[in-house]
Amino acid sequence: MKFKLIIPLLLFFVLVGFLGKGLFLNPREVPSPLIGKPAPTFTAPVLGDATQSFSTEEMKGKVWMLNMWASWCAACRDEHPLLVEMLKHDIPLYGLAYKDIEADALKVLEVMGNPYIVTADDADGTIGIDYGVYGVPETYVIDKAGIIRYKQIGPITPKDLREKILPLLEELQA
Amino acid sequence: MIPDIGHYALILALLVSAVQGVVPLAGLSKDNAKLFAFATPAARIQSALIILSFICLDYAFYVNDFSVLYVANTSNSNLPLMFRLAAIWGGHEGSILFWVAILAVWTLAVTFFAKELPLRFRSTLIAVMGLVTVGFLLFILVTSNPFERLIPAAMDGRDLNPLLQDPGMVFHPPLLYMGYVGFSVAFAFAIAALLDGRLDVTWARWTRPWTTAAWVFLTLGIALGSRWAYYELGWGGWWFWDAVENASFMPWLIGTALIHSLAVTEKRNAFKAWTVLLAICAFSLSLLGTFIVRSGVLTSVHAFAVDPGRGLFILVFLALVIGGALTLFALRAPSVGIGEKFDLISKESLLLSNNVVLFAATGSVLLGTLYPLIIDAMGMGKISVGPPYFDTVFVAIMVPGIFLMGVGPIARWKKATVPELASKLKWALIVSMVSALLMPSIMGKLTPMIFVGLLMAFWVMSSVFVALKTRLNAMPKNTLGQKLKSLDRAFNGMLIAHFGMAVFIIGVTMVKGYELETDITMKVGETKQINEYDFRFDGIKLVRGPNYVAKQGQFHVSKGGKEIAYLIPEKRLYPVQGAVMTEASISINLVRDIYISLGEALDGGGWSVRVYFKPFVQWIWAGCLLMGLGGFLTMIDKRYRMRKNKGASI
Amino acid sequence: MIMIRSLLLTLLLSFSITSFAADNIADPITETRLKKLSTELRCLVCQNSTLSDSDAPLAQDLRNEIRKLMIEGKTDEEIIDYLVARFGDFVRFRPPMNASTALLWFGPFLMLIAGAVTLALALKKRSTIITSEDTEL
Repeated sequence: MKFKLIIPLLLFFVLVGFLGKGLFLNPREVPSPLIGKPAPTFTAPVLGDATQSFSTEEMKGKVWMLNMWASWCAACRDEHPLLVEMLKHDIPLYGLAYKDIEADALKVLEVMGNPYIVTADDADGTIGIDYGVYGVPETYVIDKAGIIRYKQIGPITPKDLREKILPLLEELQA
Repeated sequence: MIPDIGHYALILALLVSAVQGVVPLAGLSKDNAKLFAFATPAARIQSALIILSFICLDYAFYVNDFSVLYVANTSNSNLPLMFRLAAIWGGHEGSILFWVAILAVWTLAVTFFAKELPLRFRSTLIAVMGLVTVGFLLFILVTSNPFERLIPAAMDGRDLNPLLQDPGMVFHPPLLYMGYVGFSVAFAFAIAALLDGRLDVTWARWTRPWTTAAWVFLTLGIALGSRWAYYELGWGGWWFWDAVENASFMPWLIGTALIHSLAVTEKRNAFKAWTVLLAICAFSLSLLGTFIVRSGVLTSVHAFAVDPGRGLFILVFLALVIGGALTLFALRAPSVGIGEKFDLISKESLLLSNNVVLFAATGSVLLGTLYPLIIDAMGMGKISVGPPYFDTVFVAIMVPGIFLMGVGPIARWKKATVPELASKLKWALIVSMVSALLMPSIMGKLTPMIFVGLLMAFWVMSSVFVALKTRLNAMPKNTLGQKLKSLDRAFNGMLIAHFGMAVFIIGVTMVKGYELETDITMKVGETKQINEYDFRFDGIKLVRGPNYVAKQGQFHVSKGGKEIAYLIPEKRLYPVQGAVMTEASISINLVRDIYISLGEALDGGGWSVRVYFKPFVQWIWAGCLLMGLGGFLTMIDKRYRMRKNKGASI
Repeated sequence: MIMIRSLLLTLLLSFSITSFAADNIADPITETRLKKLSTELRCLVCQNSTLSDSDAPLAQDLRNEIRKLMIEGKTDEEIIDYLVARFGDFVRFRPPMNASTALLWFGPFLMLIAGAVTLALALKKRSTIITSEDTEL
C-alpha cells in the first residue's frame, strides 16, 4: 500500500482533532488584550451627582473591581443580586454605568440595591471603548499597581467567583 | 396524531434503512444476489417513510399545530402560508429532517434511474446511501427530534425570523440541499467502486450525470442565496465569506473539479484514484458544512442554535463516514492500470490543471474558514479571517485557473502543441485586452483589479468563440444552421457554462470596481442629485403587512427629467419577535441596479438614506444561471442515456 | 398585564430608538477613507458584519471614534493599532501577517505550486511507463 494514499486520512484526523477541540471553545468570546497592561485611566462624574467625580488615580495602591453595566442590559440584571452579595462580603466593587440614561441607572440601583462603592457615569461610552467593552456586563480586576489582572466577559457566575475571582483577589491583596 | 405518525415513520425508516445499508454489503464477499435484492425495495420503503414524515411535519405547520415544539418555535398563525410551509427548514430540527428527506429523494432517484447498472454495483451504491441515512436518522431521533411535543400547546408561535420571510426562503434551501446532499450519490459511486474493485471508463460514464446534477442544483442554490442576501440585508452585499457560505462553496469547488476530472477518467481511463478521492472529498465537505452550521464551532449568521452535544454527535458521524471512506481509499485505491497515454500539453492535462487550481482554491477557503478555530484551539489567541483575506488569496489563486479555462476548450485531446494553441488564441488575447481597456475608458476609471478581471472574463468569452469556430470548421461541409444543430449537447453545455463563468466575472469585476455608495440625509419634498440621477423624497407612508407594520419611504428617481423608477424602501417592525427589518428597494436593469435603503429618522423631520449604484450586479447571478444551464445540458447528452439492452459493459 | 405593556413599550421604543444615535458625518474625503477602513474591521457585537455595515450602537461609536482619530491626523495603521490595543486581533478582518498566520497566507500558494509540480511529475512518469499503442475510445 502506497504511503501517499494514507495522507488524506491523516490530514482528516488532524482536522477532526481541531474540530473536536473547537466544540469546547466559544468563538464569539473576545479575550481582552489588556490583561497584564495598565488599566486605562479616566476621570468621570459620579452617577447621580455630577459635582462629584471618580478617578482611577484614587485607586492607586488598592485592589479593586470595575463592573460595566447598564439598565437596558438583561444579563446585568441577572448578575446584580450576586454583586450585592459581593459587596456584603467587602469585595471592592466599583461600577461604570455604560451608555445609560442616568435616571434609568439610578432607578435600578434603587430597586435592586446598590452593590457599588461608587458608580461612575460613562454616558457616551468612551471609557468603555478604552477598556475594550463590547457587551455588558463586563468586569475587570485591577491590582494595586493599576494593572488589569482579569476580565470577566458576561455575568459573573458563582463558579467563576469561587474559582477565579476570589483567589485572585486574595493573592493581590497580600 | 399526525406528528406522531411522522415520528413513528422516522423510527421505521431507521430500521429499514439499516437493512438497506447492511444486508447488501453483507452479500458482497459471497456475491449473494439474494442479499443484493434487498437494496432497492428497502431503499424505496425507507425513502417513502421519510418523505411521509416530512409531510407530517409540514402538515403541522400548515394547520398551525403549536403542540409541536418545533412549530411553536419557528412559526406563527399570522405567517403567510408560503412562509409557514417553508419555516419547516427555518430551524435546526426541521432542516435536518429536510436534509434526510432530500437524501431520500436522491435515493429514490437512484433506484429508478440507475436500473441499468449491474445488480451488485447498484446494490452497493444504494447500501452506502442507506448507511448515511442511518446516521442522520439516528442523529434526528436521538438529539434533534422535530416532533417533540409542547404540553400544554402554545397559544401561538414565536414566528419565523423576519429575515427569512421572503420567497428566497422557499427556494434557496431546497436547491442548496439538492446539491449538497446530491454529492452523496457521487460519494456512493466512489465507495461502491472501491468495494467492488470496479473502476473504469464505464464507472466514470455512470457517475458523471449524477455528479453534474448535484453540481447544477448547488450552483443555483448558492446563486439564489447570494441574490437573496443582496436584496434582503439592506446593504447591497452579495457574498461575505461567512463560514456557512464557505461551507456550501467548498463542495461546489471540489464538485467542479470532480466534473472535470471525470472527463479525463472517462476519456482515458486515467487518474482514477484521484477522481475517487475527489468524489469522497466533495461529500465530505458537504458533511463538514453540516457540522459547522450546527455545532457552534464558528460564528455565522446562518448558524442554527448552538449545541456542542449535537456537534459532537455529528463530528463522530463525520469521523466514521469520512474516516471509513478514506481508509477504504487507502486500502483499495487502484494502484494498477495507469490508463492511456496523453501528453504533458493536452486537453487532459489542462483539465487536470483545473483540478490543481480548484484544489488550492478550496484549500484557501478551508484554511481561511477554520484558521480562527485552529489558532484558538492551540491557545494562540483569537483572530478573524474575513473578506480581505479571501478576496486577496482566493482570487489570486483562481486567476491562473481562469486563464487556463480559456486554453482548455481549444486544446486537442491527447496531444496539443503550444504553437497550435498560441495561433488559435492570439486573436482571443488581443480582443480580450482591447475589451478590458474599453470598458474602463467608458466608465472613467481603471485599476489593476478591474483590468485583470475584465481581461480574464473576455479571455474566456473569446476562447468560447474560438472553440466553437474550431469545432464548426472541423465538421463536414454544411450550412451554418445545420452545423450548429448537429453540435452535441455536452459541447454546447460546456460552452454555455464557461461563457456563464465569464459573465459572472464581469459582474463581480464591474460591481467591485465601480460601485458607488452614498449616505445622504433627505427632508420631505427635497431632491438630491447623485451620479446624474435625481432623487426626490416624497415622505413616509405607513404600511401594514400580514404580520408587520412598516414605514415606507417614497422616492422618485429620474434622469434628465425622465422618470426612471419609483422606489419604496421600508423599515419594518415584526411585532412577534420585536425585530426591525430594513427592506431595500431596487431598480433593476441590465447594466446597473439603483438600490435604496432607509437609515434613520432624524431630529428635524428628515431621514438618513443610503443609495447604492451597482453596475452590472445582475450579471453575477445571470452568469450562475448560465453555468447551471450549461451543466444541465451536458447532463442530458445522449451518451449518458443508459440503454437497457447495452447493459453493463467494460 | 404589566408584562404586555412593558413589552409594547419596548417594541415602540426599539422601533424608534434607532434614531437615538446617528453617525456624525464628516467631510467626503474622511468619509470615503472611513468607509474603506471600516470594511476591514469586524463589528464585535454583530460579529458577522464589518464595522461599516453594522447597525450596532458600539459600531456607531467606533465609527465616530475612527472619524475623530482621522480628523486628528492619525494614519490607518495607527487607527488599527488603536483598536487592536483595546479589542485584540479579533477586530481585524484581514489577519495579521506573522509567524502564526504564515500558513494561512502562504499555504494556498504552496498548495498551488505543490499541486502543479505533482501533476507535472505524475504526467511525466506516466508517459515513460506507457508504451502501449494509442487507442481512440
